[in-house]
Amino acid sequence: MNVLANLASLATNQIGLGSGDLIVQILSLASYLFIFVFIFYGQRLQMYIMIREVEGSLYKLKLMRDEGRKTAIETIKEIGKPATDPSVRVDRYLEYFTIAPQSMDPAGIVYKLDHILDVRDTRMKDEVKLMAPASDEVQVNNLENTLEAAMALNFIYKVVRHYYLQGKKTLSLYTIMQLQMILPMVMKEAEAYASALKAFAYGQPIGDGAGPLIAAKLMHGFEVRKVPKDCVVATVPFEGRTALVMKAEGPGGNVGKPGDAVKTLIEENKGKITAVIMIDAGLKLEGEAVGEIAEGIGAAIGGPGVDQFKIEEAIMADHIPLYAVIIKEDIGDAVSMMRKEISDAADKAIERIKSVVQERTKEGDQIIIVGVGNSIGVGQ
Amino acid sequence: MTTKSSSNGSQNKISTFVLAAVYLVIILAVASIIWGASSYYQKTATLETAATLMAIGFIAMALAGYILFQSRKRVAKLKIEQQPILTQIECKSCNDKVTREFKRGDYVFKDGEKCPKCSSLGMITAIYREVKEKEKPVNV
Repeated sequence: MNVLANLASLATNQIGLGSGDLIVQILSLASYLFIFVFIFYGQRLQMYIMIREVEGSLYKLKLMRDEGRKTAIETIKEIGKPATDPSVRVDRYLEYFTIAPQSMDPAGIVYKLDHILDVRDTRMKDEVKLMAPASDEVQVNNLENTLEAAMALNFIYKVVRHYYLQGKKTLSLYTIMQLQMILPMVMKEAEAYASALKAFAYGQPIGDGAGPLIAAKLMHGFEVRKVPKDCVVATVPFEGRTALVMKAEGPGGNVGKPGDAVKTLIEENKGKITAVIMIDAGLKLEGEAVGEIAEGIGAAIGGPGVDQFKIEEAIMADHIPLYAVIIKEDIGDAVSMMRKEISDAADKAIERIKSVVQERTKEGDQIIIVGVGNSIGVGQ
Repeated sequence: MTTKSSSNGSQNKISTFVLAAVYLVIILAVASIIWGASSYYQKTATLETAATLMAIGFIAMALAGYILFQSRKRVAKLKIEQQPILTQIECKSCNDKVTREFKRGDYVFKDGEKCPKCSSLGMITAIYREVKEKEKPVNV
């Protein structure tokens, strides 16, 4: 009895129940209820908040995916003048996938991957030609790039939706937490692809075209010839040296195969090439300015690695030094319309190339300058 | 091409459940404020009780308003912004540089563009978008 009396007294005096008016009692009860709810359901509440955040981003991704599909269909109808509605073919295109070769025995995998990518490229181009029969070669390339951007948005949306639904279904805090943590980066990339849609549809230069823009500035006014595959080269007198300036053929959306092109040029000029200089858009770190120029050693080229491998293999035969000049930009700038800072950086990059050539080669030498990237909206 | 944005109408709606909950909280908050004020003036409650009721009402109203504002902000964010694209033409005879809005078919090093000043032929030397920097300068 004594214990009960003590508890009642505690409830009355210390906790607040039983004393004062009704409002104070309700407030005391509510505060205890809150404490218990947060102790036992705090993690679940946190998960629901995260789910809401992911859901918001998923809506935005869905909007971007739909916008991509709509832009692709509208552009195909406008340029390609198809006899039938291309929507079904576009939907099928958006679901295409590529299976990378088996790497258990890695010997020869680069050429297997190269072959698979070639087949993919041919298949995609044929599909675009069927969808848009009235389009010319440049427009086919631009349409292919537009569809690729729509495809990327579709893929991002589906993967995020997959993890969102899986997390919701299993109520796994860690699945949702991982998704929520990487979401800002995913959204940034998706937004870049969404803004790239119009660039590809209209044939505007993108940030990744910094390399081809610089090469085009160097080769403009000189005779240009084609080199395999989908690349162009011009012989340009440059600082007392002879430069073979190369880029993907523009102004259609095309990255070409610089690996094959460099190999061809080295074989054509056996033993004469004294340096290879590669210019490309490079990813900047946060805090670095867009359009900043940096210089280094090695093959400045992205993608699946096939072209980098081929270039490295080609220069190894004669031990040709390989220099790189990059124009810094973030992933968003690389796939969206070219920023003024990047366009303006072209002249500064040319000055840097000049100093590399003066310092690292002798007068009369023959060098290769490669502008790596997508040539969309950049002629020659 | 001008600055424009697009959004999907069906996704712009705020959840009906959330809206109903927010409106219910607002009604309860208003009732709490009125109850607090009236009970104080009618001397049916102490000053502390009335003040507590009114404080609960104001806090609940502020929270409901915040949730409503956040939901609208989220809806406003669901837009794909497009910036104007400029084409720079360089005249071969007067060496003047002019910019105009991008037109489909423009590409860098395209010849045959008319100079608006001297009407002789020019060439497209740049196509770009200008970004108004939103990021704060880094001091570290």
